[in-house]
Amino acid sequence: MSAPTRSRPVAQRPPLWRRLAGDQNRNLWFWAFVGPFVAGLTVFVYIPILWSVYLSFFDARNTVTPTDFVGFGNYRDMLTDPAFLSSMGTFIVFAAFIVPLTFAASLGLALMIHRVRRFKAFFRSVYFLPTACSYVVAALIWKLSIFNGVRFGLVNTVLSWFGIEPIAWLSVTQPPWYWLVLVTLRLWLQVGFYMILFLAGLQRIPTVLYEAAAVDGAAPGWQTFRYVTFPQLRTTSVAVLVLLLINAFQAFDEFYNLLANAGAAGSGGAYPPYARPPLVYLYYVALGSQQDFGHGSAGAVLLALVIALFTVLQGRLLRFGRNE
Amino acid sequence: MPDQSSLPAPSPLTRRRFLGVSGGLASTLLLAACGSNTGREAATTAGSGGSGASGSKPTLAQWYHQYGETGTQQAAEGYAAAYPDATVSVQWTPGDYESKLSSSLVAGNGPDVFEWGNGPSIDQIQGGQVAALDDLLGDAKSDFTSSLLQRMSYDGKLYGIPQVIDMQLLVYRPSLLQAAGVQPPETFDDLVSAAAKLTTGGVKGLFVGNDGGGGVLTGPTLWSVGADYLTSDNKVGFDQPAVAEAFGRLHGLFTSGSLLLGAPTDWSDPSAITQGLTAMQWTGLWTLPTLAKELGDDFAVTAWPKYSSSVGAPSVPIGAYGSVVNAKGANVDAAKAYVKWLWVDNTADQLDWAQSFGFHIPARQSVAAQADKLKTGVAADAVALVQNSGHAQSPLLWTPASGTAMSDAVSRIIKDGADPAEQLGQVATTVQSELQRVAG
Repeated sequence: MSAPTRSRPVAQRPPLWRRLAGDQNRNLWFWAFVGPFVAGLTVFVYIPILWSVYLSFFDARNTVTPTDFVGFGNYRDMLTDPAFLSSMGTFIVFAAFIVPLTFAASLGLALMIHRVRRFKAFFRSVYFLPTACSYVVAALIWKLSIFNGVRFGLVNTVLSWFGIEPIAWLSVTQPPWYWLVLVTLRLWLQVGFYMILFLAGLQRIPTVLYEAAAVDGAAPGWQTFRYVTFPQLRTTSVAVLVLLLINAFQAFDEFYNLLANAGAAGSGGAYPPYARPPLVYLYYVALGSQQDFGHGSAGAVLLALVIALFTVLQGRLLRFGRNE
Repeated sequence: MPDQSSLPAPSPLTRRRFLGVSGGLASTLLLAACGSNTGREAATTAGSGGSGASGSKPTLAQWYHQYGETGTQQAAEGYAAAYPDATVSVQWTPGDYESKLSSSLVAGNGPDVFEWGNGPSIDQIQGGQVAALDDLLGDAKSDFTSSLLQRMSYDGKLYGIPQVIDMQLLVYRPSLLQAAGVQPPETFDDLVSAAAKLTTGGVKGLFVGNDGGGGVLTGPTLWSVGADYLTSDNKVGFDQPAVAEAFGRLHGLFTSGSLLLGAPTDWSDPSAITQGLTAMQWTGLWTLPTLAKELGDDFAVTAWPKYSSSVGAPSVPIGAYGSVVNAKGANVDAAKAYVKWLWVDNTADQLDWAQSFGFHIPARQSVAAQADKLKTGVAADAVALVQNSGHAQSPLLWTPASGTAMSDAVSRIIKDGADPAEQLGQVATTVQSELQRVAG
């Protein structure tokens, strides 16, 4: 006796638009939200990057649609250009100062505020607020008011109380006081942001660790910091260091606004060569009066490669993203 | 009357619907904000990427950099509004005017008419970005200052119409010089000596910019020993020992303690001398109204001194903003007609532009002769300096890359005491390479 057969219903294939829209229109909503940002990224980031790589192989003065192919000539020129190499040297000096200083200052502030019992939100806001200030505005305040080189500049006024003559902070290179102005400006602007990152990291450390350390005889203060707090902040510390290095590479506003001179028209710019980080130099080559997009693009590609290389090396060195 | 229950109920504004609508609106606004502002008014029949037409009249965009003198923007807008044959919208551009303008020209949405210091660059001319304007001058050609026309010409064609002449010069306070027992300097040694004697207490002897003169003294230093950026046949004009010696002396001046450094405003603003921070200042003709207002009769002008009693000559740099037409604009002929109307035919507005705000010298000699404010006092002295000691600020084939190389070298010489001969030798290499590129 054969079992009665049951015919299985044939699955009806949904129409194409329904399949594209997805279950409950999920695909449709995904692209409704993500689409505009993908379009923005494509138009304003990815296409310009690809176009810049394209331009780097052409002689492209005063045009972004060049026809004169030069191969790797622009790259060779930039790698043998003393001004470009010098700009890399300026970056290295700047990074050597700003990265450890910002790291130490933001960590120190975070530790202090984390321990405060009252007005914690107030202090957190006070130190974070400079982050909202424009680099241009801050640079002008530093240049015109605080580190003004004449006798009524704020710092010079204070120095005069001790009988010290006014110092032309941004004009002299021996000694190079301009580094003090550059570094303090960036410290003031960005230390609050990194302090918040460290505060978030501190709040994630379980209190039981401190209790266990106390039971084991660790003295509060330096010993606890060294053996409990700092190791627990390793992930945050590595992220902060990577961000600081990338930010240092991208230094532009404070250098440009503090040190650009009112040069003679047609002179091609009177920006001093000793304080010209890569972005400022490339700005003058590509977007300033030179309008040399070929060499500027080759420099930008080289700079992007150097940043990527440094970031990867730093990540590997500090074991970023790996579990303990 | 229909049954209310049968009508479709209004759909509630769910969270999903709200987010969808607001997301769509945001993306629409984002895309709408991606347009560019050329300073051109919206025209109903605008052509692609260029000038549109408002009714029967074409619409033109004109760009100026931001002038410091009060009232200049309103004056420029007033001239444009009075032009009968086109609707001209003026964009007043603060900040880095040249970079913004260059970018807009490259992007193909530049203004129809714009001004550029000393006329367009050689790269703009060779790149076909600017239109030739020879046919605009007509009989007026001989009335324009010939050195300016020559500076704005390449290969026999004129690419800019000079608007007004500007100059740099040395301003000093006679009362302070008299008190210190010094005469206005006639040689570089005189200048160094005067700066030292005039430095007392909070007042420094000389101000040539916060960079110690690196930005503005290249030309005067070259001319002070009889050299120049380029020779008349477009070769390197500064490869001689006297030039290196003169630049080396600037380092001595920088370290002498007589220079004002770190002033709140730079050389182009007269505040340093009007606020009593310095006794002598290198600045521009445009500051004379402010100087007269702040110092009364207690200021006078002179040229940058010659190097010594037997070498070189006194000098002042002269330059002019040139009115230029975008060759890739949609209505080049209308733009040229407007430039002719404003900077060739309209002598009343040219006179107004030159002397109603700061002091400038009209580019046309017949108009300059009518400038009453330039006929007396310090202004007349300045005009005499232009006639007797004026040099074009820099030659056309002195490219931005050459300028940057020279500026870097001068900065190293002045501030760091680098070897002048070695630095200038490196500049000469760059300049030769640039000359090879642009002149073949």
